[in-house]
Amino acid sequence: MNLASSLYFARPEIILSVAALALLMVAAWRSNASKLISMLSVAALVAAGVWSAHLMFSPSFELGGDAFDGLYRMDAFGSLSKLLIYSAAAISLIIAPRFLSNMGAMRGEYPVLVLFAVVGMGIMVSANDLLTLYIGLELNSLAAYVLASFARHDERSAEAGLKYFVLGALASGILLFGMSLIYGFAGSTDFTAIGKALSGEMGMGALFGVVFVLSGLAFKISAAPFHMWTPDVYEGAPTPVTAFFASAPKVAATALLIRVTITAFGDQTFVWQQIIMVVAIMSILIGAAGAIGQNNLKRLLAYSSINNIGFILIGLAAGTAEGVSAMLVYLAIYVAMTLGGFVCLMQLRNRDGSLREDMSDIAGLSQTRPALAAIFAIFMFSLAGIPPLFGFWGKVVVFNAAVAAGLLPLAVIGIAASVIGAFYYLKVVKVMYFDEAKDIIVVENDRSLIWTGALLAAFVSPLGYLLISPLGQLTDKAASALF
Amino acid sequence: MIQVIAFYLFSSIVIAAAAMVIFSRNPVHSVLWLIVAFFNAAGLMVLVGAEFIAMLLVIVYVGAVAVLFLFVVMMLDIDFAELRAGFMKNLPLGILLAIVLVCELILGLGAYQAGKVELGTPDGKAAITDQVPNIEAMGQLLYTKYVFLFEAAGLILLVAMIGAIVLTHRKTFSQRRQNIGQQVRRRPEESIRNEQPEVGQGVEI
Repeated sequence: MNLASSLYFARPEIILSVAALALLMVAAWRSNASKLISMLSVAALVAAGVWSAHLMFSPSFELGGDAFDGLYRMDAFGSLSKLLIYSAAAISLIIAPRFLSNMGAMRGEYPVLVLFAVVGMGIMVSANDLLTLYIGLELNSLAAYVLASFARHDERSAEAGLKYFVLGALASGILLFGMSLIYGFAGSTDFTAIGKALSGEMGMGALFGVVFVLSGLAFKISAAPFHMWTPDVYEGAPTPVTAFFASAPKVAATALLIRVTITAFGDQTFVWQQIIMVVAIMSILIGAAGAIGQNNLKRLLAYSSINNIGFILIGLAAGTAEGVSAMLVYLAIYVAMTLGGFVCLMQLRNRDGSLREDMSDIAGLSQTRPALAAIFAIFMFSLAGIPPLFGFWGKVVVFNAAVAAGLLPLAVIGIAASVIGAFYYLKVVKVMYFDEAKDIIVVENDRSLIWTGALLAAFVSPLGYLLISPLGQLTDKAASALF
Repeated sequence: MIQVIAFYLFSSIVIAAAAMVIFSRNPVHSVLWLIVAFFNAAGLMVLVGAEFIAMLLVIVYVGAVAVLFLFVVMMLDIDFAELRAGFMKNLPLGILLAIVLVCELILGLGAYQAGKVELGTPDGKAAITDQVPNIEAMGQLLYTKYVFLFEAAGLILLVAMIGAIVLTHRKTFSQRRQNIGQQVRRRPEESIRNEQPEVGQGVEI
C-alpha cells in the first residue's frame, strides 16, 4: 500500500485533525467565538462522515483495505462505527454551547477537545495493530479527562476529572501490560499476525495477555467488574460531557473490543468467550441492581449504561457475524436512547435557574411540563425494552444471536435481568406521572435541546421500526467485513 | 583495550556516584551526583552500541528529570533532619523491601539459568540491521512505517498541552496593563466628578 492510498483511507481522521487544529487557532484568538467553533466542528464531523460513507458504500472499496503498512484497516465495520461516533459527537456538540455558557464554563476549546477525542476514536475503530489501538485509545482518553473537569470551578467536575484520570491511567497500564505479553508470545503487534500466532493450544503467558487486554478494554467500556468509575465520573462531569461519554466513546471502545477479539484472538474464541460471558452477566446484574438505590438521575443513567453494555456484550459472546451485527444495531439504538435521556436531564431547571438532577425534582413533571415528561418517559420505556419502542428491537436481535449461537442460558439470564432493570426505569416514569409536584421546573427555551430531544424520541419511538431493514443491511455488511 | 579501560572507568564512576547520591548530606548534592551517574551510564550505553538509549539518558534523564528534581528539591523547603529522624522507625520496612528485591534477583537469575521462555518469533518488520547505526534505523521506521502513529502521538501531546492550559489558565484581572490609546483619549469630564455628600454619608468611588 502506498502512501497516497493510505492517506485516502485515513481521510476522515485527517479532515477532523486539520479542522481541530484550525479551530484551535480560532479559539486562541477569538475568545467569544465558542458557538461558532461548535458549529464549525459539527460541519467538520459531517464532512468526515460523508467521507466515511463514501468509503463504505463505494463499490471499489467493497473489500476494504490496509493502510500505513497494516497499521490501519479501512473496512465497512470501521466506517459504520465511525458514522455512529460522528453522529453521537455532533449531537453532543449541538446541545452543549448554551448549557455550558449558562454554567459559565463554555470556552472555544470544548469543541476542539471533542474533535480530538473523535479523531482518537476513529483511530481506535480502524486499528489493526496493538500500537494503533493504544495511540487511538490514549488520544481519546486524554481529551476525555480534560472534558470531564471542563467546568473547573465546579468541585464535582474537578473531582470527576481527577478520578477518571487516575483510574484511566491504571487501566491503560493494565492494557499495556497485556499488550506486551501478547507481543512477546506472538512476535508481532499486527492483529492478523497475532491471530495466526495464537492459533492452536494457548500458553499461560499469552492467556494472561489476553485477560489483561480484555480487562483494560472492559474498563474503557465501563463493563463490570471495571465499572466503578462510571457513576462518579458521570455524575461529576457537566451533563453535555456526560452525554458525550455515554455515547461516542462507548461505540468506539466496543467496536475496538469486537475487532480485537474477532481478528486478533479469532482462533481462541473458547478462551475469550467465557470472559465476555461473565463480564456481560455481571454488567447486566450490577447495572440493574446498582441503579435501584440511586437518587441522582445522572448516576441512574450511568448504571443504565453499565447495564446496556452487558446486553451489547451478549452479542459478542455469541462470537458470530450475526452477533456482531446485532451489537451494532443495539449500539445505534443505545446511543439514541442515552443521548435522549441526557438531553431531557439538561432541561431540568428550577425557578432560580439552578440545575436539577435528582429523582425528587422530576416529581409531577407530567403536570408542569407534559411534553418533556412524555419524551423522557419514551426514553425510559425504550431503555427498559418495552415492546412498542425501538429499544426492544435491540434486545431482540442480541438475544436472537445468542440463542442462535447456542447460548440459551446466557439469553435467559439476560432476559430475567432486564426485568430487574425495568424496575428503576419504570420508577422514573412513576415519579414523573403519579407523584405530587414539589418543585416547579421552568420552561427551557433552548431550541437545540428541544429539537434534538424530539428527533431522538422519534427515532426510538415505533417509527424507528421503519429503519429495521436498512439498519440491518448496514450492520450485516459491517459485520461481514470482520469474518 | 581502550574499550575495557573505558568500561571500567564509566562503571566505577556510576557506582561511586550512585553511592554518593545516598550518602551526601545535602540533597542538592545528591541530585548533582545523580546527574553524574546518568552521564556515565550513557557512556556505558555508547560502549555497547546503543547510542539511541545513551542520547535518551542524557536528554530525558539529565535534561528533564534531574533538572526537575533539582527544582523541586531547591523550591520545597524539606527539613531533611526531620526526615532522617524517622529512619529507625522505618528500618524494618526498608529491610523487608531489600529482602524482597534480593529474592527477586535470585529468582530472576535462577530463571535465566533454567533457559528462556518460549516466545513468539518476531515478524522481522522491525529487525535491526547491522549496516546502519540504530538511531538511523529507528528514524527510518518511525518516519516511514510508523509515520501515522508518530503524527497521532503528536496530537496526543497537543491535547495534553491544551488540557493543561484549559484547566489552569485563568485571566488575572489584577494585572494592570497599560492601554495607551485609552489614556490618550481620557478627558477631564470622565475623570472628575463633583460630589456633595451629606453629613455622615460616604462617597462612592
